[in-house]
Amino acid sequence: MSTAPVAKRNADEQRKAVSWYEASARERLRLLLDVHSFQEFIGPEKREISPHLHIFNLPEQFDDGMIVGRGLLEDQKVFVAAQEGRFMGGAFGEVHGAKLTGLLRAVRDVPSIPLVILFDTGGVRLQEANAGELAIAEIMRALIEARTAGAKVIGLIGGRAGCYGGGGLIAGCCSALVVSEQGRISVSGPEVIETNRGVEEFDSKDRALVWRTMGGKHRRLIGGADIFVDDTIESFRVAALHLIRCSSGFDSDVLESEQVRLNQRLQRFGSCADAVDIWRAAGINNAETVPDMATDEFIALANQIRGPRHVAR
Amino acid sequence: METLSYRHKARQRAAGSKPIAIVGVVASGNLEVLVERVLPDTDCELDIKTAAEGFGAVWEQVVADFVELRSPGGLKLSVNDGGARPDTVALRLAQAVRLIEEIDP
Repeated sequence: MSTAPVAKRNADEQRKAVSWYEASARERLRLLLDVHSFQEFIGPEKREISPHLHIFNLPEQFDDGMIVGRGLLEDQKVFVAAQEGRFMGGAFGEVHGAKLTGLLRAVRDVPSIPLVILFDTGGVRLQEANAGELAIAEIMRALIEARTAGAKVIGLIGGRAGCYGGGGLIAGCCSALVVSEQGRISVSGPEVIETNRGVEEFDSKDRALVWRTMGGKHRRLIGGADIFVDDTIESFRVAALHLIRCSSGFDSDVLESEQVRLNQRLQRFGSCADAVDIWRAAGINNAETVPDMATDEFIALANQIRGPRHVAR
Repeated sequence: METLSYRHKARQRAAGSKPIAIVGVVASGNLEVLVERVLPDTDCELDIKTAAEGFGAVWEQVVADFVELRSPGGLKLSVNDGGARPDTVALRLAQAVRLIEEIDP
């Protein structure tokens, strides 16, 4: 007797129960994709480890915190990349970045197969900063080339490390993004802003300020992310499938309308000092209640106030 | 960083037929274990790279207990350790063997 239907039923149940935030990168991939469909490229047994970390007497990880491969999403072929946010804060180093660059070049060459990137990163790894910064630039170029060739690239953000630094830039190049409340998207992180501009500019200890400035709800409301989901693997899976079907292509018209949208956003909200002011200016009554709002209530609100349709990303 | 290697004879071959499995992550107080079915049925090897230096005697005990308890014949285990406590190490080694012994449908 085949055990396949049992495995599928177990996976369906686990997807609804397992927290995206708490899961490891491998667990997220295992449950995001159809049962037993994941095939890894350059897996841990290849031992493609960082050539830099040993110089700093730091431990290595066999996959360098980046898992790349392919699999099935509801029987549809997809490429996938996932960052492990607990290893070096999911930060980009030479090998970590090269694995994503290589995958994006495969996507460019087979653009009918979409790519799903599971971001979980603090940005560039300081111990291999030059290689990491170069990796970010290479990834952005490869991502744009893949989209120009017609591929869809969907980003999923809801991990412990959020999506910061160069990761925030790469996310900004994607066709569309899914975010949960726990997902934070930004370039400079809270401590970086406070260190450079002072505590009056941004108090990194003020968690409520951090979440309402960089958190998933705010990103969804200002059009930085396309779909807001609760923190389960199932929700991310459903949203990823939806965006693979619905997100737009990539050409100069799309870029120009995105430029118009961003200009309008700056005009409407540029003088706001706080995210709550932005929400108020966007027409949300009781804007100060947004951070405590339950997921369903928030999704209904976000769908209501949707501004000019953002088509580029 | 410190590198440690242990070779043991195991009572019997680890069950199942999966060629590799991996558990854990390299983080403070945590470790990853990569297990590969690449050795003769009675052999077991552990290669450990650890950030916490000077704990060779403890590793030796944990590894000996693990081999006695799980009988991981035929398996090579490679460990990257971020300074995990012995109980965490024992747990991850056991998880790694359980994972490679799982039967794929």
